[in-house]
Amino acid sequence: MGPVNYPGNNNELIKISGLEVHFAARTGFISSLISKNSSLVRAVDGVDFNLRRGEILCLAGESGSGKTTTGKAILRLVEPTGGEVIFDGENVLQFNRSRLRKFRQDAQIIFQDPYESLNPRQTVFSTVAEPLEVNHLCSSMEEKEERVAEALKDAGLSNPGEIFIRYPHELSGGQRQRLAIASALVLKPDFIVADEPVSMLDLSIRAGILKLMVDLRDKKGICYLFITHDLSLAWLVSDRIAIMYLGKIVELGTADAVIKSPLHPYTRALVSVIPVPKKISLAGRTLLKGETPDPVNIPPGCRFHPRCPEAAERCRDEEPLYREVSPNHFGACHFI
Amino acid sequence: MRLLEVNNLTTYYKLKEGYVRACENISLNLDKGEALGLVGESASGKTTAALSLVKLLPENAHVMDGSIRLGGREISGATEEELRTIRWKEISIIFQGAMNALNPVRRVGDQIVEALRIHEKMSEKEACRRTAELFDKVEIDQERVREYPHEFSGGMRQRVMIAMAIACNPKVVIGDEPTTALDVMVQAQVLQLLEELRREWQMGMILITHDLSVVGETCDRVAVMYAGKIVEAGPTEKVFEQPAHPYTRALISAFPNIEGERYLASSIPGNPPNLLNPPSGCRFHERCQEVIAPCKTDDPASTELSSGHLASCHLLKRKVKL
Repeated sequence: MGPVNYPGNNNELIKISGLEVHFAARTGFISSLISKNSSLVRAVDGVDFNLRRGEILCLAGESGSGKTTTGKAILRLVEPTGGEVIFDGENVLQFNRSRLRKFRQDAQIIFQDPYESLNPRQTVFSTVAEPLEVNHLCSSMEEKEERVAEALKDAGLSNPGEIFIRYPHELSGGQRQRLAIASALVLKPDFIVADEPVSMLDLSIRAGILKLMVDLRDKKGICYLFITHDLSLAWLVSDRIAIMYLGKIVELGTADAVIKSPLHPYTRALVSVIPVPKKISLAGRTLLKGETPDPVNIPPGCRFHPRCPEAAERCRDEEPLYREVSPNHFGACHFI
Repeated sequence: MRLLEVNNLTTYYKLKEGYVRACENISLNLDKGEALGLVGESASGKTTAALSLVKLLPENAHVMDGSIRLGGREISGATEEELRTIRWKEISIIFQGAMNALNPVRRVGDQIVEALRIHEKMSEKEACRRTAELFDKVEIDQERVREYPHEFSGGMRQRVMIAMAIACNPKVVIGDEPTTALDVMVQAQVLQLLEELRREWQMGMILITHDLSVVGETCDRVAVMYAGKIVEAGPTEKVFEQPAHPYTRALISAFPNIEGERYLASSIPGNPPNLLNPPSGCRFHERCQEVIAPCKTDDPASTELSSGHLASCHLLKRKVKL
């Protein structure tokens, strides 16, 4: 299979602007009596990007960067506290319950761990048929069977009839993730949030699942928000990559631009530690000190400055603007 | 200097249905200051092999055969009593998933102090001093010895596990997926720490991982396991640059390489075999793209391709003869 760039169209499906998800941090009972102002966890803190039809956009970052919360907030699986999500011209955040239910037929999510996301007491057939039943989409049993079989086939599970009555524990890890994909596909969505879909799988079966996802995009024009911490995977499957740090996007551009000529010091450090399958020396890499700070105490100025190898005085007080540095390549740093 | 020499180690698990042949005829050796990577997918038997070395296996496991020589001494028949003097002082393990390996209701410092008092017969005071030193060594603030595991981040916990593993100056450290659940940046930090410690203390290290890149970054030699057997072993560079076994080749090409071309490699068809009833002949033959007649019936013997580079595949015999 060739390069995975989708022939560009500018048909915007989703536009996200200023998306915010703030949680009230849990404090102990005693400390809640003493201090009045409760602290806020700013998990997602002003995120802007758009997604085109048939595009794969990767949201990458370390754990705690807010990438999963962003994905869930778009589907309103967690309620955003601010911003806008425009899906096909309509603001998702203003949907009432029935409209939201309709929206969730068009927008689906696949979770990381197919060992936990599937109900162990549901057969393959009832797992995939459930979304159809909940939404009253089939008038007859034959129609339902047909659609389930089609979804399983699309997800690369051959002989759908044969596995209808199997349970998840009888399937391998790769097959389970395909089943999870099938139950997302059965509603014919336009948009899928894939949250680390292959990180629990062995290397030798990973490629098959990724290929399936790219094929589905090519055939059905499904648009993906692909959430991963693995930049080499992001580079392989996506059209564009967005790098998140502490609730904000610090860089966004085409996959090649972000990996081959990263702008932001954080991206550069992440790229320098991307694993490669050969004998290398540990020198020549930019190791950042420490781990992502707590999103309760987001540092002032540039939120990356305490770990940034290139931080200057200015970075401590002034938050850098997220701007288009070169065509279609965005970054937020004072020195780019 | 040869630290560890393992020959034909075979461990089975007994189930109602029969024996799971988890690890068969494993032979490997380790020199002083050397790092060996044991790579394989889940259920390839790599953890079983490592746990067999220190007999930390579940009850239904049986070491059927094999010799383990540690510093010239045979330890495969050692009693529990003898093993207690070997574990931690001579071989120690860094376990996968530090959250499960640390006791959540005891201060991290106390857990190391306890190990030191039992194994090194140190006084309380001495053990505390040594623990503080160890924290320093793994780059954790000494003040934090009095904290509990839940107050530590994932990377910090893994550092505590490392401190514990090196507490008694072992000759050999086994790392069982020591970086698996960590972020890339933290993974790189932990690997660098292990590398520094190994160089400084000249420890032998066996790194068990499913991640080829971890091996590339830290190991001198690598052994690739598939379905309970080592299919290829050799110097890391050799194995990565001239992989001889079809499984190794498939595994390497499945690894996304940002320095290479941007395309999705095909996955290896099928699934690893059920080790209750492993396939006859070469255990990889059902998934192998280059399978020939003898693969289905005969177990391939290992062929030495160059100094220290061995692989078990019928195709190699053929190439060598030609």
